[in-house]
Amino acid sequence: MSRGRGSRVRLPAPVLGLAVVALLFFALPLIGLLWRAPWSNAWGYLTEGDARAALRLSLICSLWATLLSVVFGVPLAWLLARVEFPGRGAVRALCTLSMVLPPVVGGVALFFALGRRGLVGQYLDRWFDVRLPFTTAGVVVAQTFVAMPFLIITVEAALRQLDQRVEDASRTLGASPWYTFRRVTLPAIRPALVAGAVLAWARALGEFGATITFAGNFPGTTQTMPLAVYLALESNPEQAIVLALLLIAISFAVLVGLRDRWFGRSDRSSTTVLA
Amino acid sequence: MLSVVGASCGSDEKGAAATSTGDVTVFAAASLTAAFTEIGDAFMAANPDAKVTFNFAASSELVTQIGEGAPADVFASADMGNMRKLTDAGNNATAPQVFATNSLAIIVNPGNPKGIVGVADLADENLILVVCAPEVPCGKYAAQIFESAGVTVTPKSLEENVKAVVSKVTLGEADAGIVYTTDVKAAGAKAAGVEIPADINVVAEYPIAVTKEAANVRGAQAFIDFVNGAQAQKILASCGFLAP
Repeated sequence: MSRGRGSRVRLPAPVLGLAVVALLFFALPLIGLLWRAPWSNAWGYLTEGDARAALRLSLICSLWATLLSVVFGVPLAWLLARVEFPGRGAVRALCTLSMVLPPVVGGVALFFALGRRGLVGQYLDRWFDVRLPFTTAGVVVAQTFVAMPFLIITVEAALRQLDQRVEDASRTLGASPWYTFRRVTLPAIRPALVAGAVLAWARALGEFGATITFAGNFPGTTQTMPLAVYLALESNPEQAIVLALLLIAISFAVLVGLRDRWFGRSDRSSTTVLA
Repeated sequence: MLSVVGASCGSDEKGAAATSTGDVTVFAAASLTAAFTEIGDAFMAANPDAKVTFNFAASSELVTQIGEGAPADVFASADMGNMRKLTDAGNNATAPQVFATNSLAIIVNPGNPKGIVGVADLADENLILVVCAPEVPCGKYAAQIFESAGVTVTPKSLEENVKAVVSKVTLGEADAGIVYTTDVKAAGAKAAGVEIPADINVVAEYPIAVTKEAANVRGAQAFIDFVNGAQAQKILASCGFLAP
């Protein structure tokens, strides 16, 4: 891991070749979109119909999903990394299940759990008059369900790599476990925490299948950008391309911006490779 | 989306027609899944050297796929609008022919617990109503029906395809939806249907055509002839379709 910009790394030619292929693989579809985009009336497409409401909803919901992923995901990652208990491997697999589950199936599973006839949802409905399907809260639930594993995995890996003697030292110096967690553990894993949160946010922003299944599609309430793009493909493919490019541009700006802001320029080591 | 479609609509007709050859790839609207699967089997039984492969999806998606060079021999659409998109782009080899029609119906939970008897009942704001989005044919038709009936509704969701409306009702998350009559039939015991009177209902026409890039024009035409024949029409009727 070389630090500083002066040092030159010599890449073996085959590695460089494969890297370029990988880069093209990601760049070409984007270039394809740019190539087919109707530039002359792009602005018209952006302001047409429900596009702005969808963008607003996407940003709000994905930020909520990220916040919930951090609030609940960090403690869970800590539990998985630090506490030995029987069946930990199975629990860890369970926490990442929604990454491999086809999102549409995830949406149906959320119905079975939180729908008005679901395991828990029927009581939410009966006792508290709370219904999640077809609401904005339902969008946040669906996005959190698919996004949180990205945060858990990233943070857990960082916690495992962290030298526990630092935490032990904090405690032997009289700090409470909560103080140690806040002032020693969390700062030490900050890059991984930010990386995990950004990954979770990106996943939430692009979420489609679980959202359209569990929360449905209604402009202003549950229609996020990916849903708006998909529906625009039915009637107005050119608008769909413009909306998709806007979504990409925003994510790109955030990913690049965060990288400079949080990871600095010299710190390009190990787990924080992103964007 | 979900397995709400049975593979068969209950017709067990046997018969024989002219012989044709080779692989035929049919791109068909999702609402034709059950009927065309059965028709495909009957076609292959009548033509032992033929092999029919289906690609079922939303008509609009199929038009896009064909436009991007997907290997289709036959295109069967759930509406004239999407077929027009194909012909406007010059991607058809034969003139589209209407081979079936479909009407719309209200789909409700089994036993109709909300006691819905007509379109006017769907205006109730406490009812969880889901319909198709106006961008897809079933949503366009639903809007026409509400307009003819003079009813204003507040749907909770505008679904991207008709099967998504069906699954939300069969899962019990929605109280009612507007779908094709054939979808109510395919849902079986998991849902019930309420008829929409003919004066406000819509007749959805299903056109079929050979595509321009068809690799097997002879096989494609043979399949279309078969769809228009007595045996296939009987299968379509058993699925709830009406004659053109």
